[in-house]
Amino acid sequence: MPGEALLPPIDPEAAPFWEGARRGELVIQQCAETGRLMFPPRSTSPWAPRRDPVWVRVSGRGTIWSFAIPHPPLLPAFSELAPYNVIVVALEEDPTIRLVGNLVEAADGPINGPEPAAIAIGSGVRVVFQRVSEAFHLPRWVLDAAGGD
Amino acid sequence: MLRDAAAVVGIGETPFAKHLEDSERKLALRAILAALDDAGIEPAEVDGLASYTIESTDEVELAKNLGAGDITFFTQVGYGGGAGPAAVGQLALAVAAGQCRVGVAWRSRKRGSGGRPWAGAGAQPSAPAQWTRPWGLLRPVDEIALLTRRYMHEYGATRDHLANVALAVRKMANRNPRALMYERKLTREDYMAARFISEPLCLFDNCLETDGALACVVVSAERARDCRQPPAYLHAFAQGLPRQSHTMVNYWCDDPLQGPAWTCARQLYQNSEIRADDIDVAQFYDAFTPLVLLSLEGYGFCKKGEGAAFTQDGALEIGGRLPINTSGGGLSEAYVHGFNLINEGVRQVRGSSVNPVAGVAACLVTAGEGVPTSALILRK
Repeated sequence: MPGEALLPPIDPEAAPFWEGARRGELVIQQCAETGRLMFPPRSTSPWAPRRDPVWVRVSGRGTIWSFAIPHPPLLPAFSELAPYNVIVVALEEDPTIRLVGNLVEAADGPINGPEPAAIAIGSGVRVVFQRVSEAFHLPRWVLDAAGGD
Repeated sequence: MLRDAAAVVGIGETPFAKHLEDSERKLALRAILAALDDAGIEPAEVDGLASYTIESTDEVELAKNLGAGDITFFTQVGYGGGAGPAAVGQLALAVAAGQCRVGVAWRSRKRGSGGRPWAGAGAQPSAPAQWTRPWGLLRPVDEIALLTRRYMHEYGATRDHLANVALAVRKMANRNPRALMYERKLTREDYMAARFISEPLCLFDNCLETDGALACVVVSAERARDCRQPPAYLHAFAQGLPRQSHTMVNYWCDDPLQGPAWTCARQLYQNSEIRADDIDVAQFYDAFTPLVLLSLEGYGFCKKGEGAAFTQDGALEIGGRLPINTSGGGLSEAYVHGFNLINEGVRQVRGSSVNPVAGVAACLVTAGEGVPTSALILRK
């Protein structure tokens, strides 16, 4: 599995994100004062540094903000899959919250599954979770005909 | 503010190659000695040092090998390609403030011989990289490819615009015998046929991988008048780290297409009598061609979203609206984290560039867009 060699470090600030992913939920940090969403997770909210941020579940729907198609030279596990896609998804709840991910054709589909020509900025997507280890279920994305710009 | 209180009076560099035998330390010393010779200043007079945090030779090693005097100012600037103009600018501020009298800034690197940072021992994600690398966003080129695709979508830019940058800079290198790409012509057909590295970016949108070192010598304006070479005055200097900014993967802000260059430029021009309109030639950090489009906008040569259109009709070439990267830059001369852009800026002001721009009064030199960055305005 390509993600395995590059699994995230154990980061206490990010733990709720990965706990959510194991439950199949996309959770994002929120400023307790202003209600603004924050990503990546922080120790404090920049808008209210004296109040601890909270975590909230979001819909898991968004639109493709951009994408790239990497080709070699890459790390070995990714070279085997190249060319594959990397997408940036703007969340429905706040389009300035953008998650790096991959477009797949199904929850267990490979990251080189979708034809590059079929990937477009503005397409609606919804989150799926791919188990790459017991601790880490990576959020990836499938097209969602109901969404998009 | 600087306002010409200090000047670059010496520049030096090693040859550039895919592989050089000397160590990074030896290359650094060669470049610094060449810069001191150019200035007509003895190593024992050096009392200020500035470089990059990623530099492998620290000040202690550098000073004892060089035979420097007592060092009374030393600094290292972070963020890789964001550091070059900041190293020189901080040194100039120190000279102007009397903290040191003869400052040397340098960068030495064997990237041509060495490994690629993204593939090395640090391949395991750091805390910030945990939000990118597990999905295969591995290399700087992938990070910039995502910004580029969005830029194309929002502003109608095409690969032809990126090619305008690559071709303009290559033509500069084709007249610079020191450039790695001196004898390698590049056509638009070559560009369009090149393999992709990370779509939409192809091979020729990427900088070179080079071994080499460069250095420059900074003294006060008063001392500069007695040096061997005509001074390149350090008119203005700024750094920029925008609020809520992320290094390279700056997708988590309101507008990822408005990067650190905007913050840096605002501060730069605030402390400058020279405006974008007065700048005759620019050395833009060009690890990737799209950084030039973003920098044209950030530093005020055109409006936001107009960087691609600006490149048309040979605008970036000799005789164009704003010739850029006149030694060949990182794309076609050497990639040494942008220090070659500084030395070329000095040569333009002196009138000794292999691609001289007629009547140069001022040259802009920028560091990397997309990282906490810096810039200098050099003037005659």
